Amino acid sequence: MKHKVATTINGRGREDEVEARLLLVHYIRDVAGLTGTHVGCDTSQCGACTVLVDGKAVKSCTMFAVQAEGRQIETIEGLADGDNLHPIQQAFWDEHGLQCGYCTPGFIMAAKYLLDTNPTPTEDEIRRGLEGNLCRCTGYVNIIKAVKTASQVMSGQARPAETPVATPASGS
Amino acid sequence: MSVTQLVGAKIHRREDPRLVSGHGRYTDDLTRSGLVHAVFVRSPYAHARIKSIDVTDATKAPGVVAVLTARDFEGVILGPMGAAPGLAPDKKVPERFPLAKDEVHYQGDPVAMVVAETKAQAADAAQLIEVDYEQLPAVSDLEAALQPGSAKARSELPDNVCWDLTLVPWDATNDAFGKAEVVVKERIYQQRLAPVPMETRAVMAEWARFDGQLTVWMSTQNPHLIRLPMALTLGLGEHKVRVISHDVGGGFGSKIDPYPEDFLVAAAAKKLDRPVKWNETRTESMQNAYAGRGQYYDVEVAAKKDGTLLGMRVTQTLDVGGYAMGFCTFMVIALIVSGGAYKWPAISARSIGLFTNKVPTDAYRGAGRPEATHLVERMMDKLAAEIEMDPAELRRKNFVQPGEFPFTQNFGFVIDSGDYDKALTKAMELAGYQDLRERQAQLRSQGRYLGIGLSTWIELCGFGPAAAMAPATGGLGLTESSQIRFHPTGSVNVYVGTHSHGQGHDTTFSQIVADQLGVPYESVELHHGDTAEGPGFGFGTYGSRSLAVGGMAIYMSCQKIVEKAKKVAAHVLEAAEEDIVFDQGRFYVKGSPDKSKVMGEIAFASFGPLPPGLEQGLEATSYFDPPNLVWPFGTHLCVVEVDPDTGHVDIQKYVAVDDCGVIINPMIVDGQLHGGVAQAIGQALYEEMVYDDSGQLKSATFLDYAMPSANEIPEMVLDKTVTPSPTNAMGVKGIGEAGTIAASAAIINAICDALRPLGIDHVDMPATPDRLWKQIQEARSKAVSSDGSKGGAA
Repeated sequence: MKHKVATTINGRGREDEVEARLLLVHYIRDVAGLTGTHVGCDTSQCGACTVLVDGKAVKSCTMFAVQAEGRQIETIEGLADGDNLHPIQQAFWDEHGLQCGYCTPGFIMAAKYLLDTNPTPTEDEIRRGLEGNLCRCTGYVNIIKAVKTASQVMSGQARPAETPVATPASGS
Repeated sequence: MSVTQLVGAKIHRREDPRLVSGHGRYTDDLTRSGLVHAVFVRSPYAHARIKSIDVTDATKAPGVVAVLTARDFEGVILGPMGAAPGLAPDKKVPERFPLAKDEVHYQGDPVAMVVAETKAQAADAAQLIEVDYEQLPAVSDLEAALQPGSAKARSELPDNVCWDLTLVPWDATNDAFGKAEVVVKERIYQQRLAPVPMETRAVMAEWARFDGQLTVWMSTQNPHLIRLPMALTLGLGEHKVRVISHDVGGGFGSKIDPYPEDFLVAAAAKKLDRPVKWNETRTESMQNAYAGRGQYYDVEVAAKKDGTLLGMRVTQTLDVGGYAMGFCTFMVIALIVSGGAYKWPAISARSIGLFTNKVPTDAYRGAGRPEATHLVERMMDKLAAEIEMDPAELRRKNFVQPGEFPFTQNFGFVIDSGDYDKALTKAMELAGYQDLRERQAQLRSQGRYLGIGLSTWIELCGFGPAAAMAPATGGLGLTESSQIRFHPTGSVNVYVGTHSHGQGHDTTFSQIVADQLGVPYESVELHHGDTAEGPGFGFGTYGSRSLAVGGMAIYMSCQKIVEKAKKVAAHVLEAAEEDIVFDQGRFYVKGSPDKSKVMGEIAFASFGPLPPGLEQGLEATSYFDPPNLVWPFGTHLCVVEVDPDTGHVDIQKYVAVDDCGVIINPMIVDGQLHGGVAQAIGQALYEEMVYDDSGQLKSATFLDYAMPSANEIPEMVLDKTVTPSPTNAMGVKGIGEAGTIAASAAIINAICDALRPLGIDHVDMPATPDRLWKQIQEARSKAVSSDGSKGGAA
């Protein structure tokens, strides 16, 4: 039996018929076609599927799609403003806060919630704010740096770093 | 001549905008028209005979397209899976059909495959399959597997021995041990580890029936090394198989060798004439991903009282798992580099590979070299403690010296370069070694346990050379390939046989090309991960080889391009070829640098009219066969405080001074080190695949397998020394595995150093609070009882 579900994903309303058992993460990926939200485990530990539901960070494997009825969902695809990356995305880029990139959308969404609720976290608060997300590539060092940088940029304490554009002195 | 403006610069990764914005293309993000989904039924037992499989109900379940068992693949899957000759060619390799036919050999061994319209329908139907098993005695523990009369992991074999290889006999060290003034011994365990790339494996395959073409999308470290066995196994020509791998969410060695599911998904697509996709669950990954480590070492070191090393005897006992797969013998390399950075008059070495009823082991980040570093660095610290010498001094005394390179080590390998003391000294200075020792003495007097651990690591990486590798692989040389193609407007496509899974090759390789050809970085586009593009073959990314071998293949193609471009420039500039100068992307006639043509103009001219004998176009293909391996090195220094009441280890300082030769992109090098060290912290303190005696995996989810989170990884102080490798023209070495190779020894040495006042001189991994607390309690009660007996005697 299928159930109707009406949600708003990244500002766009949609209505679908889904199985009651369909997890929100699979709804986002397979029904809405937004594959930036990833699945990294099956026990809600890794945080790769983190999205914002009504502004709160939620591991989207812990909710059924039908529970998202009437909710506002924000995924990684909704963060950038056209070609302009969100300051958190930009900071992950600037600080080399990602390698394989698989866990990255989840970290960025968790960081967004952290900075929305605590705009200038201490390093310890950043570590604790991200403890629900796992990364195997970076050793977290540059992820923590990225969140610090994003915090400074978003709270106006620092200007966004200019991404170096490399061009040899000659040859063009 | 070339510019070196981009090489060495911190260039931000060009792969990142798509990845931070959710536009990566990982295999499970892809779909095809008419796609169906596969789910596997796996053995719940570690060792059992399959009596029957009843698929009747599953076949009738909603949405089911097919339920397939081994029999259904006869004639589609032609060959069994097996192991390469590797470093122990003389071994038992039982044939493995991708789906178990008669017997299962580990918990998770696939026995049936369900294909349905949706993944949920496939999973539902899989529940309806009835497999009747006869459970057989299983062996899980490695030491037990070696005992006479042990349960057998494989019914058809007389015992559990897969190989027993003596590399150097014990006689070779008789003299050393005869002369020894001091002998230290230890059994050092390397627990089994789950590789845990954050993206589990995924495979999607499509069969174009009328073209006879198979396309396979998968998460792999080496698309060409998948295409080859895929073609052979399915009885297709390699030209009819295309393997595509876009973004790969980490590998760490676990995505090198093919897996049963890879062949099954492709064979099912062919058999059913529908595109099929399978995406592994995390639990399946923990059960089935080829595991790392799983060894123990019995080590004895003979030395003089002044710290002069005389000899070492080392036996490796290695857990092969239920099948001998892929490069399971590669970890024998731990013995080959067991001497580390030191001069040894003699080393005796033996390796024993044992079957157990667990998932097969294979290469995992560092593969044999972390094990080697751990054993030799632990033994150096044990020896230093025994002869009451500072561990840094003992290392210095025995280092291969800068003037002694190229240095032929005990197993005949030639270490190309090194300056071990330089890295050690720098690390000690950065950490404030003397102050730390003073602080340690102070804290000890207060009953606190601070420890300082050193690891002066070396690594051999960058495989080939072809002549040395071919016998181990069955004929393939582990060279690397590149192809560079110019377009008329001067932009460049570069194709490589390596395959990034997080290493940032798009960026670093483009830096090399831009420098070598003097073209704008933005005009270079890098391609990898599609066997239909670029050179005929490539070997992929593992063993810290992509830059030292693949980067050199790019360098070679750049050289060929410049050579050809000079001929074109001679035509354009109306001069003799030998008078053309190439400097920083410009061509001019000797003495007239003001009248120059840039590379883009020459590229355009190469598609126009050319003199007779000069072919059109500007492109080159190269295969680089390295003359030797490359040998990075460094020193890691870790400071810990152990809380004796809880067994908790607090990493207070972590300093790493590494030498990977010439650096292309320092940001990426540091990132590789951070991640490598973090993975070794995982091994040293947290992670272990735990099986019970019947072979049930007890750590099959992230609930039970302790991957470090952001809370567990400390700040790191990183620095470098730069000793260019003489092995290649760019002077580069690998850095992908260095952190993992170096760090576990530094951490465990620090813990042992901290606990030495308690009489503890060795600690196994993972050094969990539970394990340390027990060891501390035991040591304290021993101390109390010996004090008591003394008291009684007085």
